Amino acid sequence: MDALTQLFHGFGAAILPMNLLFAAIGVLLGTAVGVLPGIGPALTVALLLPVTFQLDPGGSLIMFAGIYYGGMYGGSTTAILLNTPGEAASVVTALEGNRMARSGRGGPALATAALGSFVAALIATAGLAFLAPWLVKVAVRFGPWDYFGLMLIAFVTVSATFGSSPLRGLTSLALGLWLGLIGIDQLTGQTRLTFGVPNLFDGIEVTTLAVGLFAIGEALHVVSRHAFAPEKPIPIKGSVWMTRKDWGRSWKPWLRGAAIGFPIGALPAGGAEIPTFLSYTAERKLSRHPEEFGTGAIEGVAGPEAANNASAAGSLVPLLTLGLPTSATAAVMLAGFQQYNIQPGPLLFVQHADLVWALIASLFIANVMLLVLNLPLVGLWVQLLKIPMPWLYAGILVFATMGTIAANPSVVELLLLSGFGVLGFIMRRYDYPVAPVIVGLILGPMADSQLRRALQMSLGDPMVLFRHPGSAIMIVIAALALLAPFLFRGLAALRKEED
Amino acid sequence: MSFFTSRLAAACIAVAAMVSPAVGQDLELSIIAPAGAGGGWDAAARALQDAMVKSGNARSVQVQNVPGAGGTVGLAQFAQSARGSDDQLLVGGITMVGAILTNNSPVDLSSVTPLARLTGDPLVVVVPKASPDQTLADLTAAIKGDVANTIWAGGSAGGADHILAALITQAAGADPSKVNYVAYSGGGEALAAMLGGQVTAGISGYGEWQGQIESGDLRALAISYPEPIEGIAAQPLKAQGVDVELVNWRGVFAGPDIPDETKAALSTAIANTVKSPEWQEILKARGWTDYYAPADEFATFIASENERVGATLRAIGLAK
Repeated sequence: MDALTQLFHGFGAAILPMNLLFAAIGVLLGTAVGVLPGIGPALTVALLLPVTFQLDPGGSLIMFAGIYYGGMYGGSTTAILLNTPGEAASVVTALEGNRMARSGRGGPALATAALGSFVAALIATAGLAFLAPWLVKVAVRFGPWDYFGLMLIAFVTVSATFGSSPLRGLTSLALGLWLGLIGIDQLTGQTRLTFGVPNLFDGIEVTTLAVGLFAIGEALHVVSRHAFAPEKPIPIKGSVWMTRKDWGRSWKPWLRGAAIGFPIGALPAGGAEIPTFLSYTAERKLSRHPEEFGTGAIEGVAGPEAANNASAAGSLVPLLTLGLPTSATAAVMLAGFQQYNIQPGPLLFVQHADLVWALIASLFIANVMLLVLNLPLVGLWVQLLKIPMPWLYAGILVFATMGTIAANPSVVELLLLSGFGVLGFIMRRYDYPVAPVIVGLILGPMADSQLRRALQMSLGDPMVLFRHPGSAIMIVIAALALLAPFLFRGLAALRKEED
Repeated sequence: MSFFTSRLAAACIAVAAMVSPAVGQDLELSIIAPAGAGGGWDAAARALQDAMVKSGNARSVQVQNVPGAGGTVGLAQFAQSARGSDDQLLVGGITMVGAILTNNSPVDLSSVTPLARLTGDPLVVVVPKASPDQTLADLTAAIKGDVANTIWAGGSAGGADHILAALITQAAGADPSKVNYVAYSGGGEALAAMLGGQVTAGISGYGEWQGQIESGDLRALAISYPEPIEGIAAQPLKAQGVDVELVNWRGVFAGPDIPDETKAALSTAIANTVKSPEWQEILKARGWTDYYAPADEFATFIASENERVGATLRAIGLAK
């Protein structure tokens, strides 16, 4: 009950008019930078640091929290409407969300994303408030072998879920894994497959690949098919709002997304991407309308969006309890703490309890503000889709290109973007799923490093992966998930022969 | 986007008027932080920006992030764009020295102009709370006993943490090429491995692990600074019989081939900033240690660091 009273005090501090104002500025800024690709929440917070130095610590941290949550909300908007994921965590949202938008159901897609984010962030913030000290003890026990097991599950489920056949999924994944090898190897500091091009030293930027494959590839695909078709805007079918059926299909994915996102986000190397992919896979498996996946299933938006917001709250667990930033934004927020001589870590909840609880309370408030800000905007955003297709796609091309160069001003980046665009077009043309490529790029280097760390710690003994119960269980699950479809098919064939 | 265009504008002005400002108040500078937002160099660049403007040593300062490859991407870009320029600065440090060698970077620190060494933070050697190693002597004995089984955790491969692990291994009487160093993307991730008890010992900047050291979750055995530091209980390696010192220094550079009067003007502005109460306040808030050295001393220092880091990296096998 102690935590509850503390939280109550926190609300007392957060609800001061000045702090409410800071929260409002934060969510507005966050949503704005989330919508614009290229300018992420991390850069925004970094630019604001010197400005906020004058403010009291509470106010500015509350504002940063608003930016952090707002950025997560905003990222889904462009993913759904323009098929241009502004950040890696919105890649999955683009899959079903953009399909929905293009079949005239952009409104419900945006609404379920906003509501799902709200519900998940609410649950996850409550988790942060009450479970953080306990969760962090479990999280640090997660060794490199366990991370490797988690990655294996992600690889298998993703390649089996996306695309028309596991083989096509695995092919795309392999391409992504290869792209992931490019750059400096984390464990030795040596460059791999960079051909001496300095811009490749840090590897392929995930957003460049995602924007190239999704937005540019899509635009080329549309152009190639619609060359002679008459111009007509996408009609908006039915209500802009969610119907009763949409609600019925959304609420479970929201809860499941939150349940997947929060714990993985709380892992020191968990991140926001894995939960979105896992949530998508889970929804596709559990849906009563699996045939709609790939053509705009609302569960495929609701689950991953909930998962990415829940993981955003989850990543505050290691930040506040260990002083361990797990994302770029969290790293800048850490600098924000430090400029007030506050060191996040095991003593933070003891030494600065009032500040921490005010921050957590303001996360709840920011969340409500975001919902109030975003739901009315849905009606406005969907008007974008009324723009005739050639105009819309021309706009997307400009928007995507500008975003990429704003984030990384170099010719190489632009060439990569165009190359990935052509690749995305070819993959669409020959029916290969593009999402596993991105999964491979994000998770490949992580799996690589974690496996090698595990082997380094065991002095080269591969059995280390099976000596730890966590990793052993996860590897068995991954193996089952890979083999089960084939086994079932074999059994079914056997039974048929017996009949 | 706006700061790119304004940087361009600033560069144009610099080309048009190659007059070195006599008084600092006229300086309009741009600082390149060769790392992403949230890193140490980004923090140093923004702190310098803040202090220079507030102490009146520059009229305006802009920070631009050029992340990549331990700072070598930013360095390469800076060496090209800041040639002869009187308004562009670059922040760098010991990690860059290592990264230049491991990446075979075509541009090294000899192609830019060192202006001043700014900060120097101690690295700390820690073991988990439950570790059997109570003192530094226990740890060095363990290293000497079985070097491969002494697993280190720390920041990026070839960085300051890795170099210190190799130096300590060498000083303990074991083969530095056999050091079992597990690289993490930063002190944070390495911290999780320490707290989870997955490794023997860890190295990071003192400030990064201060919270855990004070709460008793980690046991600090030694700091890498040559002298004891006020407020830090752990004693220097040197004082404990391990003849190793390493300071995680950060400094600031100007472009290649700048005229002497430009160099003098920029050095003076930075020297005045470093003396200002604003800068001292930032150092205190961030827990950074003042390690100022003027241009000439800094240049000699870099040459000797280059030598030492190079020798260590070759011993580990990360550089040729």
